[in-house]
Amino acid sequence: MSPAKNDPRQKSKDSPETSPFSPGLKIPYFPGCTLKTTAKNFETSALAVAELLGIELVELPRWNCCGTVTSLTSDDLIHHVAPVRNLVRVEEMNDNGAVDEETRLVALCTMCFNVLKRSNLRVLEKPEELEKINNFMYLEKDYQGKVQVVHFLELLRDLGFAKVKEKVQKTLRGLKVAPYYGCLLLRPKEIGIDDPEDPTILSELLEALGAEPINNPFKTRCCGSYQTVRDRHAVAELTYDILGRARKEGAELVITSCPLCMFNLADRQKEVVEKHPGFEPMPVLYFTQLMALAFGLEENACGFDQNYVDARPLLKGKALIK
Amino acid sequence: MIKKIAITSENVDFLEKISKLSDQVITKCDQCGTCSGSCPMVGEMDITPAQLMRMVLLGQEEVMDSKAMWICASCFACTVRCPRGLDVSRVAEALRQITLRQAVDHIDLNDIPDCEMKRLPQIALVSAGRKFTG
Amino acid sequence: MKKIGVYICHCGGNISEVVDVKKVVAFAEKEADVALVRDHEHMCSETGQKLVMDDIAGHKLDKVVIAACSPQFQGPTFKATLEKAGLSPYVLEMANIREQCAWPHFDFPAEATEKAQGLARIAIAKARLDEPLTKKTFPIGKRVLVVGAGVAGIQASLDLADAGFDVHLVESKPSIGGKMLQLSRTFPTEDCAACILSPKMADVGANPNIHLWAYSEIEDIQGYLGNYKVTVRKKPTYVDPDKCTCCGECVDACPVAVPKELDEGLSTRKAIYLASPIAVPHSYVIDDKTCLGIFPLACGKCQDVCDPGAIDFDVYPESITFTVDTIVVGTGYEIFDATQKKVYGFGKYENVITALDMERMIVYASEGNPMRPMGKKIAFIQCVGSRDEQVKNEYCSRICCMYAVKLSQLVKRSDPKRDVYVFYTDLRAYGKGFEEYYKRGQAEGVKYIRGRPAELIEDPRTKKITLKVEDTLTRDIIESEFDLVVLSVGLRPHPGTERIANLLRLAKSPDGFLQEAHPKFRPVDTLTDGVFLAGTVQGPKDIPDTVAQASAASSRAIRLMNRGEYDVDPVMAFVHEASCDGCGLCVGQCPTNAISLASRGSNAGPSLSGKVAEINEALCKGCGSCIASCPKDALDLHCYTNDQLAEEIRAALAAKKGGDVRVLVFADDMTGYRLADNVGTAKMPYALDSRIIRVPSCCRITPKLMLQAFALGADGILLCESEAKSNPYPHSVSTIKSNLAKVKGILENEKIHRDRVRLVEFVTVMLGGFVKNINELSNFVRKLGPLSAEESGRLGQDMDKKLFG
Repeated sequence: MSPAKNDPRQKSKDSPETSPFSPGLKIPYFPGCTLKTTAKNFETSALAVAELLGIELVELPRWNCCGTVTSLTSDDLIHHVAPVRNLVRVEEMNDNGAVDEETRLVALCTMCFNVLKRSNLRVLEKPEELEKINNFMYLEKDYQGKVQVVHFLELLRDLGFAKVKEKVQKTLRGLKVAPYYGCLLLRPKEIGIDDPEDPTILSELLEALGAEPINNPFKTRCCGSYQTVRDRHAVAELTYDILGRARKEGAELVITSCPLCMFNLADRQKEVVEKHPGFEPMPVLYFTQLMALAFGLEENACGFDQNYVDARPLLKGKALIK
Repeated sequence: MIKKIAITSENVDFLEKISKLSDQVITKCDQCGTCSGSCPMVGEMDITPAQLMRMVLLGQEEVMDSKAMWICASCFACTVRCPRGLDVSRVAEALRQITLRQAVDHIDLNDIPDCEMKRLPQIALVSAGRKFTG
Repeated sequence: MKKIGVYICHCGGNISEVVDVKKVVAFAEKEADVALVRDHEHMCSETGQKLVMDDIAGHKLDKVVIAACSPQFQGPTFKATLEKAGLSPYVLEMANIREQCAWPHFDFPAEATEKAQGLARIAIAKARLDEPLTKKTFPIGKRVLVVGAGVAGIQASLDLADAGFDVHLVESKPSIGGKMLQLSRTFPTEDCAACILSPKMADVGANPNIHLWAYSEIEDIQGYLGNYKVTVRKKPTYVDPDKCTCCGECVDACPVAVPKELDEGLSTRKAIYLASPIAVPHSYVIDDKTCLGIFPLACGKCQDVCDPGAIDFDVYPESITFTVDTIVVGTGYEIFDATQKKVYGFGKYENVITALDMERMIVYASEGNPMRPMGKKIAFIQCVGSRDEQVKNEYCSRICCMYAVKLSQLVKRSDPKRDVYVFYTDLRAYGKGFEEYYKRGQAEGVKYIRGRPAELIEDPRTKKITLKVEDTLTRDIIESEFDLVVLSVGLRPHPGTERIANLLRLAKSPDGFLQEAHPKFRPVDTLTDGVFLAGTVQGPKDIPDTVAQASAASSRAIRLMNRGEYDVDPVMAFVHEASCDGCGLCVGQCPTNAISLASRGSNAGPSLSGKVAEINEALCKGCGSCIASCPKDALDLHCYTNDQLAEEIRAALAAKKGGDVRVLVFADDMTGYRLADNVGTAKMPYALDSRIIRVPSCCRITPKLMLQAFALGADGILLCESEAKSNPYPHSVSTIKSNLAKVKGILENEKIHRDRVRLVEFVTVMLGGFVKNINELSNFVRKLGPLSAEESGRLGQDMDKKLFG
């Protein structure tokens, strides 16, 4: 069965590549608001592992909030202005030499990735809308449509997980980890970086790190997203199901790629326990934190102290940290 | 209580409005129910996603009174599974926008208790603000 | 010489309700060479036809123009009318004022009337230059190739053989029988599939007129109707069927066990095996792909134990070539690969199976030899791989509702304590006895729930399957556990079909199955002469429909072959010998190698080599691809001559008023013209400033004709052609593209927008695409403005120099 034309895995392979990962590849990087605050450990661990892999994530100058949920109506252009403005920054970085012919924009936060990519595809499909947005942002240079938005995991896949494996100092042997993908990394199909029903990219990463990936049938079920503001108990029920199933399948740890998923799966365990007193807390980490651990980085690079459910007792038990 | 409905030109107008705003050909929905079966929030809803589509197709403005569109988490599970290629999440968004664009917000950030405000990351507040306010 | 009779049809209002017929009559009366003009309510009726015949006799007409429906619709009717009246059928021209005028332009009666006049003018212009040609007749034999020996191939072979024709039946598997051999019982009567098929299979084996090539593949097919050269590759079985006594000792001795194809891999077979208990040929076979090794011999245990010495390893694949006159394609289907529907976990979850797995399980269970427990709570999920844009199969597979109705009641009846559910979206019980059979299942306790399950989840410990679905009739969300889930998988064309389709240039329908020549009136013909379709290769269908279609295909083949000769329209290339200088540039252009250089007979004329081009009419298919290559205008096409096309173009542009634009559309017979008819039939409007001219293929439109068209006042030219891979004329699309490149180059040099001339490749279902492309070109040239007299004048100058240097 040959891959479908829209197979996101094929897309990444066809992406314009310079010499993909010569040491010191500089690539524009969009952090987003939460990575600077409550999810700082996500950024710290990511920058650290990227450096080891020869990737320098160069933060976008004067980036603005992406707006974090894409606008889904047909007539709304104003909510695409903010994401497109960030894309202009990428082109500027190329123009002023901050990066060398690198029009990819890497995002770590999955929600930022999804919004930026959505807006980018929309204006590329509808040049008349791009013209309107460019005219509206008359103080900015016009967006030329050259940027390609990628997720950090796509970079790793292009590099090849074998290369990731090479950097592993401490194999995460015996650690049973359930990947959690959530929604926006995989859906809709034209944005997603892997098959929305049967993704494998996080399992491949875990195998490279030496951990044992555990399949959770609820790995692509939504965590509740922004509903956590309106109805945290509904979100808690989703968390209970997702983590409960992971536990049932044999997982001891869950990894994620999104700060909102992290909050809903980790911080909301407080509400889960309120309703289900017997619930066993499940540590949740960012995938980059596990990478940092496996690469043998210092604890402050891994950022375990910022996680709501402390993963350290588990990791100590597996002799992965002292 | 069993409802009786008639279908008038106002109903047809409502369907056209939502179809245009969501850019979806809602008459293609043949009520297979895949969207409802895929929805993680369906347990909290008062009507199912398929029912929402049906009410929009019949142009029934009472659908605006239902809670389902506000419970939607925009997770796109329905989108990737609809056998007719319809994007149900965009229909829900169109319905939300009808209310929000009349300057009627669905949440007031002032109502969030302090203890929650301390916990919630910006990403949650920004996304909720974007979804539930005009 | 005024000898043309013109007839305008009202078509019972279909035309006259939009087009003012009287005005068209008045127009035609003023045209040169027109002897008389009449209008009539129904030209195709007996009275209408009689009118024509009486006029031909009474007024000595020598050409006839009928302005009515599409020539692809009643053309054959009127051609026969002319023949009955003693005229050549090739002096008939039809103006398509229904499908290509009144119907699409129903909202614009004034413009439609004007266009009808224009179409009449074009037809009259062409008729003036028609020649009284006659059909060409070629001999044909009685040999048929049937590809695929499932129930379709079996039925077709028997019909043909019993009618006295020689059949070569080629089957890639070791035994004939196809998918029907795998079924348990058939709906709605619950006949045992193998039992009713077995006697047919035996008949095939015994019929002296059927040469069965089992375990063989089609390697190549070359040629054309009456002369198809088929090369078959016969795979070695390593077992001599004459010596083999079917004792089975070899099977016991063989150490290799592999999944058994007949059982969908649910059981095993050895490398040496008998394909089925009722296999025809009834012969053991060694599968050399799974045998431990034949060259060099790795094991040989089977040969050791074979008493009659039937096993011989010293055999090789053979290639055999034979010639046939017609071909019936019955390569069948494969079931949808359910692993593609990842939400259902087929291939991962042991308790999720396909309907074909279930058929095998029922066969074994009914023999008292169950393969595995079925459990007490069983769910059937409909439309798996059908009606689903997410797996890119939009069509309905037609039989799954009924086979689920069947399987569900078979398992319920075999254990009434079972709780059996069918989850459907629509239940299609359309055929004879179907609704009654469905009701019986319901009466026996099978429960039908209207909802399409979104996902299946396996319990890691019990392996039971939880199914989540909305019952759309009660709006409940059902989340429930089942012991076994059966996926009612849809049908896909068999992978072997692709090869045959490419070899024979057969078109595919948008759903991937092979396309019939006409959806209503030619459901088993293809657009390749002498090639017919039977069974599921053409689309999903059940056994009675397959058998009916197979008999239909045989009948169509017999119709062609029975007289010992067949007729072809004289649409063929010819040479103006006086102009031909024997340069030979045309020879390599012909896709069927119909052109050669022959010694010049008599006739003065320039000749480089003492030779002149000659056309072999048995090979010429009349595409016109060669014509553009001739720098001397020496090549031409009967029925669509250079002069005729020039006159048609002139006529199409004649009534253009100042400031108007005119878009000329050339549409090929096979697809473009047909598509234009379909658009009109669907009453889809399009640009009124277009005029459609019919050609066998757009490669007929030489660069010179295109330049002439611009010179005469065309502002845009659209070439509508069958897409390359299913175009009956190989090379036509590439010829068109090179013609187009020349013209675009010249336009650019003359500072005229190169996009005024365009090619679009179509399939007949692209109605919206047709409308879009015509409208786009019309809007485009309207925006640019019509070509000025100066510009068109320039294009018409020194054409030969610009084209050939």
